[in-house]
Amino acid sequence: MWKILKQIIHVGLPTEATPEANEVWRTEVEQIQAEILQILGRALCIREVDAGSCNACELEIQALGNPIYNVEGLGIKFVASPRHADMLLVTGPVTKNMEAAIMYAFDAMPDPKLVVALGECACTGGVFGENYATCGRVSNILPVNVTIPGCPPKPIDILRGILAAVSPIN
Amino acid sequence: MDTDSLNTKYLVSFQQLRGDVPICIADVEVQDWLRIAQAVRAEGGVLISLWGTDRRTSNDLYIVSVVFCVAEGLFWLRLPVDEQKGYPDLSNIFPAAMRMQRALFDLLGIGASGADDIRPWINHGRWPKDYFPLRNQFSGLEQFDNQLEFYPFVSVEGDGVHEIAVGPIHAGIIEPGHFRFSIVGEKVLRLEELFGYTHKGVEKLFTQRTLSNGHQLAGRISGDSTVAYSWAYCMAVEGITGCQIPIRAQWLRALLLERERVSMHLLDLGALGNDAGLAFGLTQFSLLREKWVRLNDKLFGHRFMMDCIIPGGTSIDIDETGFDLLLKQCMGIEKEVKTLRDIYAEHSGLQDRFFNLGRVPPNLAEQLGLCGMAGRASDQARDARTDQATPPSAYAQLKVRKAGHISGDVASRVFVRFEEIFESIRLLREIVKLMPSGATSIPVADSSVGGFGAGWVEGWRGPIFVAIEAGAQGEIIRCHCHDPSWQNWPILQHAILGDIVPDFPIINKSFNLSYSGHDL
Repeated sequence: MWKILKQIIHVGLPTEATPEANEVWRTEVEQIQAEILQILGRALCIREVDAGSCNACELEIQALGNPIYNVEGLGIKFVASPRHADMLLVTGPVTKNMEAAIMYAFDAMPDPKLVVALGECACTGGVFGENYATCGRVSNILPVNVTIPGCPPKPIDILRGILAAVSPIN
Repeated sequence: MDTDSLNTKYLVSFQQLRGDVPICIADVEVQDWLRIAQAVRAEGGVLISLWGTDRRTSNDLYIVSVVFCVAEGLFWLRLPVDEQKGYPDLSNIFPAAMRMQRALFDLLGIGASGADDIRPWINHGRWPKDYFPLRNQFSGLEQFDNQLEFYPFVSVEGDGVHEIAVGPIHAGIIEPGHFRFSIVGEKVLRLEELFGYTHKGVEKLFTQRTLSNGHQLAGRISGDSTVAYSWAYCMAVEGITGCQIPIRAQWLRALLLERERVSMHLLDLGALGNDAGLAFGLTQFSLLREKWVRLNDKLFGHRFMMDCIIPGGTSIDIDETGFDLLLKQCMGIEKEVKTLRDIYAEHSGLQDRFFNLGRVPPNLAEQLGLCGMAGRASDQARDARTDQATPPSAYAQLKVRKAGHISGDVASRVFVRFEEIFESIRLLREIVKLMPSGATSIPVADSSVGGFGAGWVEGWRGPIFVAIEAGAQGEIIRCHCHDPSWQNWPILQHAILGDIVPDFPIINKSFNLSYSGHDL
């Protein structure tokens, strides 16, 4: 043991000072992540609700958790209870059979609360529109702050949308 | 397909349908209905799908359709049904028919006579009980203010029994549905599901589309299977219109389908590790999946390959540079997945959770009709890519090696998924090697023809079936899309029995069934 410690002391700290960041090399992902961190500082809790989507939007939201986008590292957390949530992220045209559930979730959230409609169906009703079984776009039943278009939107666009929702209006 | 032998066997007059699916069709009488179903059951055939159509304009009756799969291929029976009398209940012969019959009633108002369970399934009370959207007098655009109604779950009584209600909103980023657990302590005595939450009126919406533009809707029935659905839909359209797509398009479609299979297995294997407490698995696999779908985007312009398959062929093509990228990725991912498979296999914590969990033994799987990937893990060796592969399908030449296992537990489904990733990667290499040259699409010859068509595609989850009936001007009279989840959801209720509540997420994920594909 003492040999290991001696060696460690002998070598010392070889780490060099970190270089200055080269802003040009930043990828867009990194840029957006930095902006989100700056605005949030600490945390954003999101309750995601599938109000009737085809599940493609869910796959892209799940992808935000992979090591490339790493939203948890930014302080963005998907929470199980709407009572812990700052933002309601809704996908799909809102079906009649989900309308009550989503209203309960919205009512359970503490103020102030944000609503983001994600994907073509949530933004406009998409290929499903309004009919006997669906209420169409999310804004037909809830006050929506931001709409993220795309079928489904790519993870980078979801990050953009989340950023827009939490940014102060210029 | 030999219709003569089928005619002799079932004593009806079959007619073969045009197209890539070996399927024939026959009009039957009420006395044939149960007789043929029993014969199919006795010879080891399976029920594929059941649905209804309003054809009162043509012959003043409703038509109930059923499709079976036997060794020779698929066949479709059409039974004219009177509203008052209904049609004979099939659920005693094929348990999977029960929910399909309940949905048929909710959508068309035609009931199965003698059925035990006549509770509503899709209609949760938000539209009137006598409003049947698939009837011709309704546009589907009607709006109602009705409120949700109480659903009578079966309650389990006894000392210490209590219920846990889960959903429709679940804890994670997943689709909505309701699970009602009756438990003692942690042990599950009964699980009852309720679905229909994502019902969007898809089947009515199809009647407002034409053969040439229905594929966009079909591709959004279940986003995780968009390739399989759009292929099955296009296959049915091409059958009706007599369109022979270019041979290159056949191979491109197989390429897209295998890429979809790999991407979903990668995702679920990661999630399964995570649900058993190995977050490392999710991190690793989700990274591989991200790389996989990014190449989809680069090569085909969409991460999930939506709308890449169109009636008449494909909207995408791939060049030599694309092939190089694809082969390079296959090599990289295959190596990584092999490493991860070893880690999963050697991880005692994971294996402890996976083994003997959520078991569907082969005899139960056979009895209840477990299908697709989960079926193969319970010794139900069916795979539409080999069983019904006929030229000009690329699969006739590719000779898919079916994966399979006999234990029917979570570990078996994990095993089958690993095997299927490696097999799909092998197929992708073969496809690159054998890809024929030529055009990728042709105009659909004549979209203003009527008739019947069918599509049959083995998606990553299981076989997807699409049946279309078109009118004389090419308008869609009825398009029925069937997800393998219809067969497998009820069996999940059996798989959990005897296990404990915290095991449910792992069991559920090992099947990963579709809500949207089921609810339509």
